[in-house]
Amino acid sequence: MRRLAYLLPVLLFALVAGYFLLSLDEGRDPSLVPSALIGKPMPAFTLPGLSAGAPPLESAAILGAPAVINVFASWCLPCRAEHPLLTGLARDSGVALYGILYKDDPAAGAGWLAELGDPFRAVGVDRTGRTGIDFGVYGVPETYVVDREGIIRFRQVGPLHPQVIAEKILPLLKTLKE
Amino acid sequence: MIAELGHFALVLAFLVTLLQAVVPMAGAARNNPRWMAVADSAALVVFALVLFAFLALMHAFVRSDFSVALVAANSHTLKPLLYKISGVWGNHEGSLLLWVLILALYGAGVALFGGRLPRRLRARVLAVQAAIALGFLAFMLFTSNPFARLATPPAEGNDLNPLLQDPGLAFHPPMLYLGYVGFSMTFAFAVAALIEGKVDAAWARWVRPWALAAWIALTAGIGLGSWWAYYELGWGGWWYWDPVENASFMPWLLGTALLHSAIVVEKRDALKSWTILLAILVFGLSLIGTFLVRSGVLTSVHAFATDPARGVFILLLLIVYIGGALLLYAVRAPQLKGGGLFMPVSREGALLLNNLLLAAATATVFLGTLYPLFLDMTGGGAVSVGPPYYEATFVPVMLPLLLLMGVGPLLAWKRGDLPGALQRLWLAALLAGAAALLAFWLAGGETPLALLGVGIAAWIFVASLTEFAERIQLFRHPASAGRRMRQLPRAAFGMTLAHLGLAIAILGMTGASAWKEERVVNLTPGASVAVGGYDYALEGVSRIQGPNYWAFRARFAVTQSGRPVATLEPERRFFSVQRLPTTEAAIHTTGFADLYAVIGDPDGKGGWTVRIYREPLVPFIWGGILVMVMGGLVSLSDRRFRVGAPARARNAALPAARNA
Repeated sequence: MRRLAYLLPVLLFALVAGYFLLSLDEGRDPSLVPSALIGKPMPAFTLPGLSAGAPPLESAAILGAPAVINVFASWCLPCRAEHPLLTGLARDSGVALYGILYKDDPAAGAGWLAELGDPFRAVGVDRTGRTGIDFGVYGVPETYVVDREGIIRFRQVGPLHPQVIAEKILPLLKTLKE
Repeated sequence: MIAELGHFALVLAFLVTLLQAVVPMAGAARNNPRWMAVADSAALVVFALVLFAFLALMHAFVRSDFSVALVAANSHTLKPLLYKISGVWGNHEGSLLLWVLILALYGAGVALFGGRLPRRLRARVLAVQAAIALGFLAFMLFTSNPFARLATPPAEGNDLNPLLQDPGLAFHPPMLYLGYVGFSMTFAFAVAALIEGKVDAAWARWVRPWALAAWIALTAGIGLGSWWAYYELGWGGWWYWDPVENASFMPWLLGTALLHSAIVVEKRDALKSWTILLAILVFGLSLIGTFLVRSGVLTSVHAFATDPARGVFILLLLIVYIGGALLLYAVRAPQLKGGGLFMPVSREGALLLNNLLLAAATATVFLGTLYPLFLDMTGGGAVSVGPPYYEATFVPVMLPLLLLMGVGPLLAWKRGDLPGALQRLWLAALLAGAAALLAFWLAGGETPLALLGVGIAAWIFVASLTEFAERIQLFRHPASAGRRMRQLPRAAFGMTLAHLGLAIAILGMTGASAWKEERVVNLTPGASVAVGGYDYALEGVSRIQGPNYWAFRARFAVTQSGRPVATLEPERRFFSVQRLPTTEAAIHTTGFADLYAVIGDPDGKGGWTVRIYREPLVPFIWGGILVMVMGGLVSLSDRRFRVGAPARARNAALPAARNA
């Protein structure tokens, strides 16, 4: 029993190292995100708007046209990195871009958008992270593409990069629009 | 030519290191003094060779020799000299070379000044150290050669990332590396002790200065990095729980635990195998930190995909060193004889609790940092769990630790008197309550955690002073207190200073996160904005030319009820080569708060996006860190640690030893 306690560190280490070694070995494709929600309707939500006067963001209001939903926060460094790409995506494709401010202070979120520019059609505040749980958000940023019926068609965990936008999102939006 | 010589020196260093790793180890096993003596000369030769290689690389940078691939990718002729030099370690290959240089420097230090170390221990420590250097040299030579040449050198280099062209960041990596690599020394001592099968007070006395030196450098390095993020990123924050920051914070947390548990080994001969385990794990975290920061494992999603060879090599190094050491630990640690027994309520007990809490805090940071990496491995991108996670996990673990910090030093070794200690802390408790009330009166009760933070800072501050006063019996025998103070070992001053520094820093962190005021507005020259009781008038924006950039420089006149306070000149710089803009925040400090201005982009209609912050108590963060570093240095200068004087110092310190 006593010996086992001394063995524990090396066993734990072997477990973690083995996991990393195995995942390094496979030819992996970051865009193959396993998501239980792909092909399913997005969860219903009603989130308060960013500023006092803004209307709430409702999932029902997003339906009718393909949309991109981005989950972000002002405390999140990768969000800052992907922000120009998101702005470019909204500008170039004309898609309806919605934002969910995740576990963040509305004022901080508003300041963030004032500083970096606001590409969103509307932003909902998910103060408690409750809607994030419904979406299965791992952390921020995450981006979802939903079709006009509100079915989730694509999910990006982590920041967007130009390759994903060019090879996945833009072609997908094109087919969704037809 | 010089680059080739540098490369050749690295190859030679690799071979000598191989010798240094094998021969002294065998010599120690066979008790052959001549084989053991190889370690010393080999360590000096390796240092000379690596230093030569490092200088050769620096030469290539300073001379802007763009036929060296690394220089072409990271330098530029117009770059100021300071950044040409710091460019040497502002990249993956060069930073590895710096790492090995510091490792070799420490090795040479042991060889030159470790005369009082038992010969066998010294040989083994140097052999383990060489084994570490061997892996890093192999990594460099096989996957990340800093001296690789380009067949067709470009006429101009690619410049260093503009964000890194900053005095704060020029010295940040060397500081961090001094810390990381310092923990390679405690690791080497731990592995040597496991091989030897003996851990005693003398061993701990040898390990403590290394742990302390590494801790000081790491503290300073983290402080520099945080300071850099504060004024260079221009987001008004000083800590982002960014993976790169966490990578240096984890070894710091666990290193702090090691620092404290080594005291128990030295004074009471207890907690031996725990201390050994800590020494191994701290170095493991240092290695992870090194790789996370410079190899871009976490910062770039595709780091592994682009060069899987590096990823596999890094993992193999971790497996060989940390896995190997842990395996050795599993085999040998059960044979280490436990020493002094102690009651749960005692100095040892408090230090053990300190260790458990610090280890738990490290684990929360580790999970928060590595969880995105796990996701990345399984195919997700680099997500951020961010401050909400750390506020929910890290802070609750730290709070009891900070409360304990006030009590622990007042407990006696072996069996402590908790009610007695608490009784002596009535003043600290009273003042802590008063400080929290004062904060409530000044700032209101909207942020209860902040009031707690202020209370805890006051608690630690007063409790540390109380402990110091008790130690010199300031109130019981004030007449002779001065004499007792002079007789105190420096380590005692060091501890009090370091604890006071932490209290100051906590006050700063609390204030900065709870009471920061921020406004983002669009201003046209001539207009002004009020933030936190100050008026900021934008007088104008001019275009200026730097050595390798041009910039917009704004001029703010800051006034308080009409009285001029400061002129702030933030800049937005555009680096032509890498086409990256950087912000240079303008900061005016009043000592209690920073007035912080950032200029953003023009709106095309004559207006400018500006961000103005009032950052209360932020100067306390830097001040606190500085005091902690000073505490470490004072403690390090304790003659008991000074190499070559342990025996004499022990007698000299006897009158005060009861307290130490």
